[in-house]
Parts: sequence; structure tokens; C-alpha cells
Amino acid sequence: MKPRGREVLRVKRLFKTFGSVPACRAVSFSLRQGEVLGIVGESGSGKSTLLRCLAGRIQPDDGTVLIASDDYVVDLWAMDEASREQFVPTTVSLIHQNPRDGLRLEISAGGNIAEPLMAAGGRHYGSLRATALEWLEKVDIDGRRIDDLPEVFSGGMQQRLQIARGLATHPRLVLMDEPTGGLDVSVQAKLLDLLRSLVLELGIAVVVVTHDIGVARLLADRLMVMQRGRVIEEGLTDQVLDDPHHPYTQLLVSSVLHV
Amino acid sequence: MTILVSVSGLSKTFTLHTQGGTEIDVFDSISLDVRAGECVCLHGPSGAGKSTLLRSLYANYKPDAGRIAVQHDGESIDLVSAEPWEVVDMRRRTIGYVSQFLRVIPRVSTLDIVAEPAIVNGVPSEAAYATGRTLLSRLRIPERLWSLAPATFSGGEQQRVNIARGFMVRYPVLLLDEPTASLDAANRQTVVELINEAKSRGAAIVGIFHDEEVREAVADRLFEVGQSLVRKPRRSTAAREAAA
Repeated sequence: MKPRGREVLRVKRLFKTFGSVPACRAVSFSLRQGEVLGIVGESGSGKSTLLRCLAGRIQPDDGTVLIASDDYVVDLWAMDEASREQFVPTTVSLIHQNPRDGLRLEISAGGNIAEPLMAAGGRHYGSLRATALEWLEKVDIDGRRIDDLPEVFSGGMQQRLQIARGLATHPRLVLMDEPTGGLDVSVQAKLLDLLRSLVLELGIAVVVVTHDIGVARLLADRLMVMQRGRVIEEGLTDQVLDDPHHPYTQLLVSSVLHV
Repeated sequence: MTILVSVSGLSKTFTLHTQGGTEIDVFDSISLDVRAGECVCLHGPSGAGKSTLLRSLYANYKPDAGRIAVQHDGESIDLVSAEPWEVVDMRRRTIGYVSQFLRVIPRVSTLDIVAEPAIVNGVPSEAAYATGRTLLSRLRIPERLWSLAPATFSGGEQQRVNIARGFMVRYPVLLLDEPTASLDAANRQTVVELINEAKSRGAAIVGIFHDEEVREAVADRLFEVGQSLVRKPRRSTAAREAAA
């Protein structure tokens, strides 16, 4: 297991408004290597916007996003666009709710894993294919499917392939937007177990946005609760869920169905 | 003996915003020292706040005031004000907690669930699984169940899986919430043995034991937890609620 500790991400007073609708209001937090931070909140609370500001996709109106690289710290929105477009793919990985948004459907499963590796400088065909095979195995996809198009995969397999594509380059920061969102409950459980063991094995820093309290409980070490663009409560996941202080968090937790 | 856990001035109040802002004062200004090799039994009537205190010692509940100094890595760290990542590290290596109910990822096998705490501490998986098998055998979980997920197990079996998991790592501090509640006599005896083994290797143990026989067999002293007080909503809370 990789050691925990080094700070990977620091967000300082992030603001983003769409027209007159505030999506992020003074959001600040930091994240260390090996930590999984869950962000929960109802639709429209600003959690997906926040994720896209961290992924270099949406420019915040104000605030700072600092991402630590090997031996320097990058101010994501202070750098010029060309540098950002070079920096983000090698450092940050965004896993989408819908695997079709994160995969290239017209190239093979193996190609989907190899492509970001090639963008990061990988050239040798044999070793790219070997890495792709290794990752297919890690995410529980039969290696014989390496030349198949993701189009013919089930939703759960597509999502696992997207995760392999996202993690194969060893990003420092992984951002997940409802990673188990569109899946059957039985497939969800398996994917959660996979994500947990990968996070443990690779020691990556993860931000996972979800509206599913159960997913947050099983995956995240820490939790932030957002409402109308603000972080209204944060702490260790079990603390926030078992001893919520804010009225909205209490409502959220007491509304979960127990089966 | 060394004090491993030192609680001072600990207070806890719950404010139930979804229930008209009712406030429950669970405890006020509690102080308690727990030494290496000793087992303290939290004692008091149902609803007195024993579980709340135990959960506070695991940082599962957030006290409103006071300190919980825990010896971690040769240092004294206050669990109440520690950073989340510090708490995660303390839970991983120093503080073990056996809750009343098993809460795990669905469909993960019993042996994997039990071995996990050792594996996250860097124990090679072979050794971790060997310890896990030994514990499951001692707690009389039939071998044919080890590869199955515990979701369909009986209450007593789930509790024993939980206990096995809690004893996988030699935590210096161990918190036990009614570990024998739904166990038969033979398994109660095994749990008593596990607790006494932990004590003799120097663990500081805090537990809730309703079973008198178990309590007699493991507890060195009782710590009385008082009756909590329910207060009607304060005006300010009700006003906040209305405004929300």
C-alpha cells in the first residue's frame, strides 16, 4: 500500500455563478494522497460544477485550485490554456456517470486504455497492449475482449473500462461523477468493491460526487455536504452521517430508506 | 500502567432539527482514564449515553466540549480536534471498534471482510488470511460460509464476523459495544478469552457489557454513565428551524 499523507489538492474560496444562479460559493477544502472525499447534496447543489472546476473543464469566477505534481504545485486556473491542456490529462482523471462520455466507442477496449498512455508518451505497441491487458484483468474484464468495441459491452463493463482508462496513466487526482449512477444495484456493489481496492492499492486522491448516501458511506473517508452552492457540513464520513449537525444534513440522512 | 486514553471535560448534546429542535444533553463534563491492560465497563441504564460515549471515543460522534487524548505512535493526540486524516490513521492502527452491527460492502466474502483491517495495515495477504481463518474458526463460523458474503447470515453469525474483524489487528485501544449481545454460551466464552488475551498484551479496553457473567469475567472496573436530559427546543433553535 502506498503511504498516505502528501497534499494533492487545495481549493481556496471557489466561486462560480451561472447567470444569477450561484453554483459554488466560497468552497474551500484540501485532499491528501490516499484520501477519498465524497461530495453529497441534492441536484443543483453545485457538486458537479465543483468537480468540473477541478477537472479544468469549467473556469471558476473566483478562487484557486492548486494541484501538487511530483515536485511542484500548479495553480490550475492561473496557467495559460495550452499549459493547462497539457497538464490536466497527465495529472487529473475525470470518470463520468455515463461511461459513453468517457470512452471512445469507435476504438477497441484495449485502444481505450492505450490511448491516454500514448498521449502520455507510451510508444511501444507490445508494452501498451500488455498494460491494457493488465488493466482489463484488474477491472474484471476478460482479456479476450481486448479487441472488442465497448459498444458491445454491458453498462457495468463499460463503466469498469472507463475506470481502467482513467487510472492506467496513474493520475494523482481522480474525480468521479456518480460513478455507480446508471447501474443495477448488484453491479453497483461490485464496482464499489473494485473502486475501493484500487484506491487502496494505488494510493490516489479521489473526489467522488454522489447523491447516494450508501455509496458515500462505503467509498469516502471524508464527506462534504453541499446545499445551494455552499459547503454546509464536512468531516469524517461516518461522523457526518451518524452525527449530523446541520438541519439539512439531518434531513438528508433521515430521508434514506433502509432495506 | 501507562494511560492510553484520557478523557477530560467531555460533553455531548444532540440537537434534533427535524424534530422541532429538541435538545438531548447526553453527558456533561465526563472525565475518564483508561490504562494499558485494563478493561473499563461503561455502566448505566438504557438511554444513559453509554453508546454515545463509546462512539465519541471512536470519533464517530462529535463531542461539543472536552478532550480525548489517545496515545498514537508515541504521541498524545486529541481525537476531538484531530484532522480527519489523523483520525483515519488512528483508527487504522491504534483504535479498534466492534460495533453492534456489521456494515460492509455487499457481496464481499466473509474472509475478505475479516482480513481487511490487517491488509490495510500492510500485513501480507497470506498472513492476514491465516489470522482471519483462525479467528473465524475460534468463533465457530463454519468454513463453508467463509467465501460467502455475510448479508444472509444470522444476527449472531454477523456479530461474530464483526468481532473477528475487530480482533484482526492488535490495536492498543479497543472499544466494544455489546460484543456478546446475541451469542450463545460457547461463543460468549470465546469472546471473553479474546478480550482477556487483548488485555494481557496490554490493550486498553472500553466496553459495554450487559451480560453480567461477561462483565465479571473481563471488566476491571465500572464507569457510571448518568441519565441524559431531554430539553424542549430553545427559542433560538426553533427560530432557526423556521428560517431554514
